[in-house]
Amino acid sequence: MACYTANANSKYGNEIIEERNVERTHWNGLKHFKRAIGAGGLVALLAIVLSACNLPAFGGYKGATTQGHDTHMLYAWLVVAAIVVGGITLALILWAVFRYRKKSDAIPRQFQYHIPLEITYTVIPIIIVLIVFFFTVSVENKVDAVSSHPYVKIKVTAFQWGWNFDYPQLHIDVHGVTLQNPEMVLPTGKTARITLVSADVVHGFYVRQFNFSRYAQPGVTNVFDLTVRHSGTYQGQCTQFCGLYHAEMLFRVKSVPPAQFWAWVHQEQAAGHSKVVSQLPSPVVKVRSTNSRTKI
Amino acid sequence: MTLLEEKQLSFAEETKYATTEHHEPSGLVKWLTSTDHKVIGKSYMFTALVLMLIGGAMALIMRMQLTSQHSSLLSLQQYNELFTMHGSIMIYLFVGPFAFGGLANYVVPLQIGAPDMAFPRLNALSYWLYLGGSIIMLLGFFTASGAADFGWVAYAPLSSAVNSPGAGPDAWIAALILTGFSAIFTGVNLVTTIFYLRAPGMTMFRMPIFVWNMLVTAILILIAFPVLTSALIMLYADRHFGMHIFSVKGGGVPVLWQNLFWFWGHPEVYILALPFFGVVTEIIPAFSKKPIFGYKGMVFATLAIAALSTGVWGHHMFTTGVVLLPFFSLMSLLIAVPTGIKFFNWIATMWGGQITFTTPMLMCIGFLITFLMGGLTGMFLASPPVDFQMHDTYFVVAHFHDVIFALVLAAMGALYYWWPKMFGWYLNDKIGKIQFWVLFIGVNATVIPWYILGLHGMPRRVAVYKVGMGWHALNIAATVGADITGLSFLIFLLNIYLSWDKKVKAPSNPWDAGTLEWFTSSPPPTHNFTRIPPIRSERPVWDFNHPDAIAIAAHGQESPLANGRSPSDGSNGYAQKDTALGSPKAGTTGMDKSS
Repeated sequence: MACYTANANSKYGNEIIEERNVERTHWNGLKHFKRAIGAGGLVALLAIVLSACNLPAFGGYKGATTQGHDTHMLYAWLVVAAIVVGGITLALILWAVFRYRKKSDAIPRQFQYHIPLEITYTVIPIIIVLIVFFFTVSVENKVDAVSSHPYVKIKVTAFQWGWNFDYPQLHIDVHGVTLQNPEMVLPTGKTARITLVSADVVHGFYVRQFNFSRYAQPGVTNVFDLTVRHSGTYQGQCTQFCGLYHAEMLFRVKSVPPAQFWAWVHQEQAAGHSKVVSQLPSPVVKVRSTNSRTKI
Repeated sequence: MTLLEEKQLSFAEETKYATTEHHEPSGLVKWLTSTDHKVIGKSYMFTALVLMLIGGAMALIMRMQLTSQHSSLLSLQQYNELFTMHGSIMIYLFVGPFAFGGLANYVVPLQIGAPDMAFPRLNALSYWLYLGGSIIMLLGFFTASGAADFGWVAYAPLSSAVNSPGAGPDAWIAALILTGFSAIFTGVNLVTTIFYLRAPGMTMFRMPIFVWNMLVTAILILIAFPVLTSALIMLYADRHFGMHIFSVKGGGVPVLWQNLFWFWGHPEVYILALPFFGVVTEIIPAFSKKPIFGYKGMVFATLAIAALSTGVWGHHMFTTGVVLLPFFSLMSLLIAVPTGIKFFNWIATMWGGQITFTTPMLMCIGFLITFLMGGLTGMFLASPPVDFQMHDTYFVVAHFHDVIFALVLAAMGALYYWWPKMFGWYLNDKIGKIQFWVLFIGVNATVIPWYILGLHGMPRRVAVYKVGMGWHALNIAATVGADITGLSFLIFLLNIYLSWDKKVKAPSNPWDAGTLEWFTSSPPPTHNFTRIPPIRSERPVWDFNHPDAIAIAAHGQESPLANGRSPSDGSNGYAQKDTALGSPKAGTTGMDKSS
């Protein structure tokens, strides 16, 4: 167990015994290090495995849709895991920094390997990752699930720079550019099937309270469900940079109880805001001057 | 043994060397004609730092714009050009070239005991391509169309000739093709240098971790950069020769661009990060007075990160709806494992050490904390449902700026650490510490409001934002943070000036560090070494200077590096027997640390 032998001629010669004691502490210190990591991993594991109770929102939205709520629960538990893992790592860093600041000119013990310790801090992260992955996949499947019998179907077309909400079964078409902030109306508590396409470049359909975004892309048709839990108006915005007026490409989602939804449908149909064949929006140059068929 | 023999010069030959050096060109002519890796490395670092200041100034202008919801400081077009060029400069022209062009060029040949890179002229070509590309990119501002304005990721079809016409975007593409070739040539050069020019005795597992990381980085460059460069050539052909590779109308596939781009883009993250992981792995042991803990684990972790990084590009595309979510999610989450190993190895290296808090060490501790934050938030983005929530919001902006700022902290550490070697004089440590605190506080004051903004749904790349969304105060906070960050770089420039004005001369091994570059003079002679110590571990200079304190392998056993001889057997090690290059006590051996 000779750690290192100080040269008999060195000025440290008289301090060998004392140094060895210090080394012993360091060696024990490394065991503490191992235990700290082990305990931390266990806490993290428990924290994730324990089922959900009332977690704080951690700065996020609790999710106005059922899909968004599932996402939020995953997010909140990830925050818990991150606080545990990050807290332990940060504590270890700060402990090492403050505890082992230079105290003398003695050369510390030159240890370089401790295989069991290294295996420990390889295996524990793998376990944490697998747990996170398991919950990720189960939430992902819920968020991406598409109902076979949606209550209403809406085709959303993003374009430079605005939105078109087409209700093909109801012959309603809502169209609006940039700051006109067009409104998509949904029935609360019912499943709405969104079919998302783009007329030109890549856009992002995003509503912050829904905890959800999806690209609208040329050549790709994306389909997803939104089931809004609480009636209200939610601000949405294009999140994928799409050119000059990207910052002003706003829209709203208004969720109302089914009865009111149908009242709105009949009102729209009577007002003639309907059309049989939904048209693609006007070419880019004309878009700014278009203001017909706008619901604000 | 050829290299060693080459270096066994008689006194007369050494004098001859010295005279030739004396007659070499200096100043501008030297800069223009040199193929010396040290000159090219410094040129790279200087150019990259100038570009960082330009890109940073752009960031500060953008932050000023965002202090009010409808600021008219910039037009939408100007803002779009600025964030495109800010991202492009920082990613393509600053962090990468600073690391694999600048630091690697300067440090790798010295750390492996080589006289230069394997292909010195190719190395010079790399630098000139890089400089030319950088100038062409900046010239985009002076074209009729203005600079490129489609974001640094240039998603098709926004980057097409119809949606983004003009010479500015073309200049952007041309610039990246040039710098792409520059990176590929540097990658070839580094791989060849590391495989073929190591000094005798320096086996692969005795290479410093920085060299290991640069080897892996270079391999990643060779995997990733050809993809980006060819994608850019395709984009150019789309714009000018009607190829329709990325446009639906001609039967093309726009989302192909995202696949190709991110196939480069995610390995690129590690092309940026691995060199600085290497820097930290050099600096922490040097100032903890210990060998790096878990050397081999460190090497395998680096290799694992590189391998995984080629299979995670889909996590940039979770919201496209066209990638296999579980695969890319698992691969991305798994990168946390080797990164965690590195973290714990760094901590265990400090554990039980005698840590001195010089500026490089403080920068590394700042790196650890900042990168920890950036890494943990990366876990959120690796989980597809949570990524649906965060994607394209300021949360993502905060996440990758946290990561890049961590690398900038490490880059600053590298500059303070190797500065005495490069120039022969120190940067002022007191001013350095002030710079560290200002930078560290500034970085966190910038990114923490961004995380919250992202959670509150503010999208990235917007010059104006809606009133009443609750984003205003946080934006002002982030701007104050960015200004503090900017101030830290002014302090850095001031430090260079003041330290240059009153030079404190540096010895060959000012930090009592262990790797070979500290064995030669500061700054090193043109051909780097006149003598080399025996290489029996990854820190031959430490072993040479502290023959009674060599590393312990595991569980208290003596290291096998002494060829089975215990260093405690009184023979005082291998140095006497194996030093073919003359007495260890003579000349520039790094022994002058005590002076």
